[in-house]
Amino acid sequence: MTNRILFIIMMVAGLTAPLYAYPVFVMDLLCFALFACAFNLLLGYAGLLSFGHAAFFGGAAYITGYVTKEWGFGPLLGILAGAAFAMVIGTIFGFLAIRRQGIYFAMVTLALAQIIYFLALQMPFTGGENGLQGIPRGQLFGFIDLNNSLSMYYFVFAIFLIGFGIIYRTINSPFGEVLQAIRENESRALSLGYDVDHFKLLAFVISATLAGLAGATKAIIFQFAALTSAHWQTSGEVILMTLVGGLGTIFGPVLGAITVGALSHELSAFGSWVQVILGTIFVVCVMVFRRGIIGEIQRLASRKQG
Amino acid sequence: MAQALLGLNVGVFYAMLSLGLAVIFGLLNIINFAHGAMYMLGAFIALIGYSLLEQWFGISLQIGFWASLLVAPLIVGILGVLIERLFLKRLYDLDHIYGLLLTFGITLILQGLFANYFNVSGTPYPGQPESLSGVVNLGFMYFPTYRLFAIVFSLVVCFATWWVIEHTKLGSRLRAGVENPDLTQAFGLNVPRMVTLTFAFGAGLAGLAGVLAAPIYSVSPLMGADLIIVVFAVVVIGGMGSIMGAILSGLALGLVEGLTKVFYPPAASTVIFFLMVLVLLFRPAGLFGKEK
Repeated sequence: MTNRILFIIMMVAGLTAPLYAYPVFVMDLLCFALFACAFNLLLGYAGLLSFGHAAFFGGAAYITGYVTKEWGFGPLLGILAGAAFAMVIGTIFGFLAIRRQGIYFAMVTLALAQIIYFLALQMPFTGGENGLQGIPRGQLFGFIDLNNSLSMYYFVFAIFLIGFGIIYRTINSPFGEVLQAIRENESRALSLGYDVDHFKLLAFVISATLAGLAGATKAIIFQFAALTSAHWQTSGEVILMTLVGGLGTIFGPVLGAITVGALSHELSAFGSWVQVILGTIFVVCVMVFRRGIIGEIQRLASRKQG
Repeated sequence: MAQALLGLNVGVFYAMLSLGLAVIFGLLNIINFAHGAMYMLGAFIALIGYSLLEQWFGISLQIGFWASLLVAPLIVGILGVLIERLFLKRLYDLDHIYGLLLTFGITLILQGLFANYFNVSGTPYPGQPESLSGVVNLGFMYFPTYRLFAIVFSLVVCFATWWVIEHTKLGSRLRAGVENPDLTQAFGLNVPRMVTLTFAFGAGLAGLAGVLAAPIYSVSPLMGADLIIVVFAVVVIGGMGSIMGAILSGLALGLVEGLTKVFYPPAASTVIFFLMVLVLLFRPAGLFGKEK
């Protein structure tokens, strides 16, 4: 019930947002929302803490930027190329990382992501510290000009909805049920005959691909692939977003991304204090607010009913 | 050979940091993400103590390098006590990732605070003692005295830690506390206090490494940020099973990185991560780790 209401709110807010908010800012939030949803699929539903999701987000941004700028790919094809790249490295990283569990898993993903970060810093085409600049937005399907911010906005919103839909379907499928079983009790899932590693790997790849989709879209929006999106602190930020909104809830990451994104935007004038504030939110969330916004709402709602 | 020594110089920092992580992980089962920030903090305490106390607080007391070696680990250790008592203590019953996330938050706070007051690009530490300036003739090369001192000093600290944990009564109690906290407690040992002190000790090691690093690398708010991830990779390669594993793999990987810098510089910053991939493929538990 709560989910249906939230879905309607999200659709209405998403469709009308350009009327009252700055479109580029909302598009940025949508990218982070999709990124956080993709991350949540892994941590919230499969119980795997990846600390390296910035590699998919940032890596895809660079690939999209490169193919649209240098090879003349259209925006849609460019974004797909970025997501495909994220899928490939997601498969490799996932294959390596699921060999270790728990905190080790987090450390391995973090270290692997650092390879992508250094590649983004050192490869000849990435522009080093300046990032890859001058990415064209181009024409969608050859006739919709994406330099128009309104058409760009609805294009991004459509991508967000598709990504969100894929995640929703994944969670509410037999596959998603198995993932949650693995999260709850891995050895029991194993003894029931599920190929646990296979399920984990698939979840990892889906999550990485969608994180890449978000990063690729962001590169087209800002016409720029930034080194910071591949840095490990971006991996941390997406964790924070998911945690604030509500781990393991469908709409939590969306709300969390909006909250954290809006907050960083509002506070950007304070320079490094933003980090201090984000860090404090992190500590508060971990200590007393582990369910996140949506989690707390659901708890209140169920208490009223029960 | 010269590069090998410089690599060893990096290696001792890896070893000290991964040793601190291993000690904390062993007893608390928590990966201290704030370890890099504590290393940074150690360096800043040395810097502030040497040159900024008077300017900031009007205290005309200059804390020199030697005193910093004592003061900085102490302060960082006290911070460690606070963090463990106030926060981590309440998280032990939960999934271990919450400890990681909490310490990540603390890292952001510490980094942000220092980035506000100090330039991100770094401040040189002016307090390197006279007695350690200059170079020593090692027969085959001239090597900066300070770096040689840092290597020897860190090695002594690392092996002393190993010896205490593996060969003393205190160490055996610690290990018992790791194996079976309830039983150890039943024998009348104060396990929670041991846990707190161990966390403080691990943090202090990071602070000590920070002071040692200050004269070599300049002091900057982000000096621990990327280092900690390399140390994580070192930890995965070594395997968390043994204290010696942390020390040896730290030293070895510093050497590997140093040599890569000579033969193929662009790979120097990633070689450790690639080695981690190889280790994961063939020995997922790490070189010194035990398969579970």
